[in-house]
Amino acid sequence: MSHHFSPDARQALGRAGFTRRSFLKGSGAIVVAFSSSAIVDTLGQAFAQGINGTGSTQLDSWIAIGRDGLVTAYTGKCEFGQGLYTAQLQLVAEEVCVPMNRIRLVQCDTSVTPDQGTTSGQQSHPSNFNTANLALAGATAREALIRMASAKLGVPPADLVARDGLVALRSNPSRSIPFGDLIGGQRFDLQLDRAATRKHPREWTVLGTSVPRVDMRDMVTGRFEFVHNLKVPGMLHGRVVRPPEVGAAVSSVDEDSVRDLPGIVKVVVKGNFVGVVAEKPWQAMQAAEKLRVNWTRGTPLSPQADLYSALRKQPARDTLLVDSGDVDTRLAAASTVLRSTYFHPYQMHGSIGSSCAVADVQGEKATLWSATQSVYPTRNTSAMLLGLKAESVRVVYVRGAGCYGINGADTVTYDAALLSQAVGRPVRVQLSRKDEMAWENYGNAFVIDQRIAVDASGNISVWDYEAWSAARGGRPGYNNPGNVVTGFLVGANPAPLVPRTPAPAPDTPLNNGFNTAPSYIAGRVGNSAQGAGVIRSERVLSHRVLSPFFTGPLRAPERLQNTFAHECFMDEVAAHVKADPVEYRLRHLNHARLSAAIRAAAKAANWEPRPSPRPGLQRTGRAAGRGIACVCYEGDNGYVAMIADVAVDWNTGRIEVTRLVVAQDSGPISNPDGMRNQIEGGSIQGISRALGEEVTWDDRKITSIDWRTYRTLSVGFAPPPMEIVLLNQTDGEAMGSGEASITIVAPAIGNAVFDATGVRLREVPFTPERVLRALRASS
Amino acid sequence: MATFTLRVNGRSHQVDVDPATPLLFVLSDELDLRGPKFGCGLGQCGACTVVVNGQATRSCVTPVSSVGQNEITTLEGLGTADAPHAIQQAFIAEQAAQCGFCLSGVILTAKTFLDRNPRATDEQIQQALSGVLCRCFGNGRMLKAIRRYASERTV
Repeated sequence: MSHHFSPDARQALGRAGFTRRSFLKGSGAIVVAFSSSAIVDTLGQAFAQGINGTGSTQLDSWIAIGRDGLVTAYTGKCEFGQGLYTAQLQLVAEEVCVPMNRIRLVQCDTSVTPDQGTTSGQQSHPSNFNTANLALAGATAREALIRMASAKLGVPPADLVARDGLVALRSNPSRSIPFGDLIGGQRFDLQLDRAATRKHPREWTVLGTSVPRVDMRDMVTGRFEFVHNLKVPGMLHGRVVRPPEVGAAVSSVDEDSVRDLPGIVKVVVKGNFVGVVAEKPWQAMQAAEKLRVNWTRGTPLSPQADLYSALRKQPARDTLLVDSGDVDTRLAAASTVLRSTYFHPYQMHGSIGSSCAVADVQGEKATLWSATQSVYPTRNTSAMLLGLKAESVRVVYVRGAGCYGINGADTVTYDAALLSQAVGRPVRVQLSRKDEMAWENYGNAFVIDQRIAVDASGNISVWDYEAWSAARGGRPGYNNPGNVVTGFLVGANPAPLVPRTPAPAPDTPLNNGFNTAPSYIAGRVGNSAQGAGVIRSERVLSHRVLSPFFTGPLRAPERLQNTFAHECFMDEVAAHVKADPVEYRLRHLNHARLSAAIRAAAKAANWEPRPSPRPGLQRTGRAAGRGIACVCYEGDNGYVAMIADVAVDWNTGRIEVTRLVVAQDSGPISNPDGMRNQIEGGSIQGISRALGEEVTWDDRKITSIDWRTYRTLSVGFAPPPMEIVLLNQTDGEAMGSGEASITIVAPAIGNAVFDATGVRLREVPFTPERVLRALRASS
Repeated sequence: MATFTLRVNGRSHQVDVDPATPLLFVLSDELDLRGPKFGCGLGQCGACTVVVNGQATRSCVTPVSSVGQNEITTLEGLGTADAPHAIQQAFIAEQAAQCGFCLSGVILTAKTFLDRNPRATDEQIQQALSGVLCRCFGNGRMLKAIRRYASERTV
């Protein structure tokens, strides 16, 4: 092996038994084809890094160029259906100046890629497409190659240009040197150069274009390898047996009940974790069904109908994000105060494929093939559960079904690891539909009180937000395997929720990463004012209470629930003062880019300025209306406005969305069609969540456990005509687009229902039964 | 255990399995096919869909013993990456997928329906796909791709 390894890295590699051969074999569908020295060097670099998700400052951790000129790039941000693999290929092609088909991109493998924490929160563009990480690595590499060519050719760097895998003389392009002749097979030995210049979007030829997804052909012809398809020699099949009720514990397991079943290898019990391993998947399923386990009774659950009142009564951890100190006195003195309460249920990721992982735990080392969004954190927490050293565990990302946040991917990785350790052979585990849906980390339930005061000119002078939300566990991060069900069952606790009342006064500038604050407040803390609006009497107070169910990030986590309450309430106030909802929003904003998105959506929708509800309301048959909603996603990660047209049936309570207009500014656009695809999918998923999705339970257990008990729209649902306006702001920073649009679907629809009927919906989902009740109560 | 001879994607395979084994596990575990996938195991989502004797069939709830000598076609049996079937080509043209896990259900259900109903209306196509799920909600593009295929095959 090479002298480039640090002693620690060499030891870690040896312990884990990694060789280049095993890496190549384990890298799934990606064929890594480049010079061996490059990968070995980079392997060493990756191991020498920290574990804090900070990427790497070393160029060799990101980019290697073989003697044949093939470029290998390493990223810690993964593709899970959002198009990021293709977009990152475009980025590397653009910055390094090499054709896309001469690049291999290796994503999320703890033995070779930089630790970039978790791929989530539409943060991949902010992380990797601006002036750090993968983008900066590309720019640093290009400039280094030009300097090398300058030395070889004896001409100043300014006279040279990189293109198509060569460095050429500007004045005489036939005089050139291929990248492979400059660096092939060697390390750059450079730090990422903060001064390296990224190409301006005006110069882009690959980025900024709608390159088709490179994985599309394999997907539609059934050849793409998901983690579900992965085969490891000698692999067995495991199945878990989860508790029948929330909080139930194992009292005994009768192994004899499955002893005579064909193919049975082992029954595994560890605390309250129960699983079976068999030769074949069908045998494992049979054994899991037939295994007799005596469980204690679970914890009684408070009735679903009382959810929102129960949230208000529990010990809470209170947080004040903004508090101008004058809210109570000004509300007391105001002549007009409006208040409303909004309700958002638990919803689930409900991945179309139940989660799957393959693990091979052999003595002191382990390899886990996982669809986790967080390979390094999963490495550390899996090691905790297995009693191994983190550096002895390798986690290789292999795609699963679309996750939309923390679905069962992390927990099933632990399942496979525990079962493999128990039998000393590779084990594949795929969850049952029920185990996926009854035990995943749901999107948090929220109840939100909003109060405002209106001044004499009809403007909002005070905004008071107070919310109660339920949480338990979440992403395991680097230290908390008990944040998901498997870790909990083997004895690890979820990260504790420590009650705290009252909340300390805010002392850091407003970070609106969860959109807890409405866009319309100034967001003043000390001398800073990080809000997007003008309202200066402002309070944002949150109470976090313990949930009986595991919760975690679900596409636009908490941003969606908060924004539902903000954008519906803004609409209520506009209606109260008889203002046009578009103009009323603009009046309260101090944010040019969000305002531009609102104007662009209004223009594309031919928005007619007038207050809601519409004049000449009809109270029978099919009533039509329009509604708007907008958000500065995560405060500063994409600016989006949506206008929904709906038709509401007074007889059935059924809502039909008849048109959607979306205007979105996510900075310079890497792949316009990819961004559209995200906006389309996010918007339709938003319709499904707004109209039907809700986790349900009885007195002891979750009852939404399959597609008959958890309502989702089918492929046969023809989405409304959608007009998408992409605001390509090439001088700004790149921002995300996977989560922004879904955030504002429910309020846009709810506001349109009000416009059509004069009836305000304040509880998601807007099921026909619930809408009909609200319509009837109004007449 | 019992021996079955299955005709899959134009080839014969002999397998020795429990007769109650769902066809899906035989295809994915014994024959290493990647197209049909375990989504729910309850016949509710469509991810395991294969074509059996011209019918879109949920292989996760179809015992292998019930298939007999019928020809089975999986998503990879329609076309290859280099020579995709026309309906697969329509999905490529429309970039009609995100994670891609649901595609066996979407493509094979649409294809078998259009084989029988070449002049189906949009509403009939939607009805045919009302039992197929895609949680990335690629609905718009998928329905467009299916319409594109429908109009091309009737020209």
